[in-house]
Amino acid sequence: MSAFPVTSRNFRKNTAKAHADENLRKALKRMESGAIVRRAAVVAELPEFDALRDEALAIKNHVLGNLDFYLERFEAQVKAQGGHVHWCATPRQARETILSICQAVGARTATKGKSMIAEEIALNPFLEENGIEPVETDLGEYIIQLADEPPSHIIGPALHKTKEQVTELFHQHHRKYGREERVTDPQALVNEAREILRQKYIDADVGITGANFLIAETGSTIIVTNEGNGDLTQMLPRVHVVITSIEKVVPTLEDVSTILRVLARSATGQEFSSYTTFSTGPKRAGDLDGPEQFHVVLLDNGRSDLLGTEMQDLLRCIRCGACMNHCPVYHSVGGHAYGWVYPGPIGAALDPHFLGIEEAQHLPNASTFCGRCESVCPMRIPLPDIMRHWRERAFESAVTPPQQRFGIRLWAWVAMRPALYRAGARLAMRLLAWLGRREGRLSSLPFAGGWTAGRDLPAPQGRTFQELWAARRGARK
Amino acid sequence: MSEAREKILRGIRRSLGRGPRLGEERAALQARLASPRPNLIPKRARLPHAEQVVLFQAMAEKLDATVARVSSLAEVPDAVAEYLAARNLPTTIRMSPDPELDAIPWDRRPLLTLHRGRAAPEDLVGLTPAFAGIAETGTLMFASGAARPATINFMPDTHIAVLRSSQVVGDYETAFARLRAAAGREDGLFMPRTVNLVTGPSRTGDIEQTLILGAHGPRRLHVVLVDDEAH
Repeated sequence: MSAFPVTSRNFRKNTAKAHADENLRKALKRMESGAIVRRAAVVAELPEFDALRDEALAIKNHVLGNLDFYLERFEAQVKAQGGHVHWCATPRQARETILSICQAVGARTATKGKSMIAEEIALNPFLEENGIEPVETDLGEYIIQLADEPPSHIIGPALHKTKEQVTELFHQHHRKYGREERVTDPQALVNEAREILRQKYIDADVGITGANFLIAETGSTIIVTNEGNGDLTQMLPRVHVVITSIEKVVPTLEDVSTILRVLARSATGQEFSSYTTFSTGPKRAGDLDGPEQFHVVLLDNGRSDLLGTEMQDLLRCIRCGACMNHCPVYHSVGGHAYGWVYPGPIGAALDPHFLGIEEAQHLPNASTFCGRCESVCPMRIPLPDIMRHWRERAFESAVTPPQQRFGIRLWAWVAMRPALYRAGARLAMRLLAWLGRREGRLSSLPFAGGWTAGRDLPAPQGRTFQELWAARRGARK
Repeated sequence: MSEAREKILRGIRRSLGRGPRLGEERAALQARLASPRPNLIPKRARLPHAEQVVLFQAMAEKLDATVARVSSLAEVPDAVAEYLAARNLPTTIRMSPDPELDAIPWDRRPLLTLHRGRAAPEDLVGLTPAFAGIAETGTLMFASGAARPATINFMPDTHIAVLRSSQVVGDYETAFARLRAAAGREDGLFMPRTVNLVTGPSRTGDIEQTLILGAHGPRRLHVVLVDDEAH
């Protein structure tokens, strides 16, 4: 396995591929009825939900304004309890740090809990190249590891796979464990993965998990899971490595309690996830289990550059996935089309920072600006605004193709001249109304062939919005 | 990698347009950490204690755990044996080597075989003492320690927790405050190696978003809720 290529540049090609994928269409359809309905139901059960969002947002903003202080405090508390903190400015430093921790104990296999930061730094291929077998233990991550694919959703990485595909993957990869039978029932598939992975936890030398939060007060790292795989990953091997990023620190247990109340409800529509686990240092004197070593690998990867900019709000993200669960564009194209680790609206707003606006130029445009992502974001991140910023930057840095730039310039020139704009709009509306007078719709338009290829434009009635507005105001007076 | 450390901290301060937090600002941040205050607690959790116990049971059951209420620790062996028998589960139990669990008169049910220590791969039933029960979401809190290996909470197929009614609180914050108070220190260094908040059995939705219980952790979670308060 090698690192997955970044394909954000090919967003359009990727979407065409996604639209032709019947299995993906079915999977995405299920999401619309599932995740959205579940979230709405559980939010309705908690009258304080919006007030909690506001408090969670205030906590995160407070942290971001004092990030250096809280990180130093977190580090001091981890060290005071026998753990190690490794600061890594770049993905490369993070990969090498983890490798050297593994090599120091002669590790041959490392079990892994689900971590988006591990995806961000492309950890698995790097470990493999260096002779260490990474074993994903989250069921979804395990499925896509067998399929050699990247995750397509930040909390449901194998969301795009059908159970028939899982059956085939297991059949193909589990024969080496003496399993010849094809298993089709989802419960039986889960059981099979459970039994095979159980031995992997026990055999692993190092367990690598992510962290949803870091607590400055106590030096604890937190994982939130439903399967329990993260717990087995971190408690059975000799070494526990936490790969995480700097913006995940929260001051106190009280603060994280507030954020936890909005996390599971936003993510999976659960009252609370099955397992929320706080890890503090290595095993203590007298403990019968737990890791002998505890390492926190703290990644920046340019996050600190976002502070103090109009993009700072992105650092409030708690990776719940609500934005993609509610996004009409994500529902249409799925996660792989975005071409990198973070898909959906958060990806459209975040990926340009990591990949550069040239590579990721299409992503901020992959939005209808319907605002649903912002309305469900537990951290109220203004995702459409941030995408708009990226569109501006793409235009300013001449990444936008010449034809589009010309169109935008022309439109801006006209829009800044109200009389001309009004006259032009009037003429266009009259013309379109006349052209569509027979059918009531237009099946093709100059300069908009792409748009009309898939649908008709309802013919305007002949008057512009401004005319109608003026008439209405006149009538009221 | 102290070079990276300095680089990151410098970068943060540069972006925020200020130097390190010092003086009064620093003292204010330290004070916030030294005396943590709860934020908004949902109304659902702010109930008289007896109602919190009822809510705990209702929420735990809603989230796929089962709960048996008994009136004293002496009744725990019966409750455990009956639970296992009703589901045709094995009667060999891996139990935390915990003095409180040891004080239970297990000899009342001689057919229950108890093994103390950390969990082993072949263990099918685990029994551990909870540190708290949190009513708002029917969540159990477990605190690891020499007498409470965390592996028992995760490895066996069936997890049975013993919770006393006096350990039931309304919200997460109160449970954390008790954890802090139990350690009796104010420097933040009071967390056990592992604190598990457990809400229902293990589950996954990773195959076609179908909910399936028992992904990697326990398939069943049963709470024996012992009434230890005077009425």
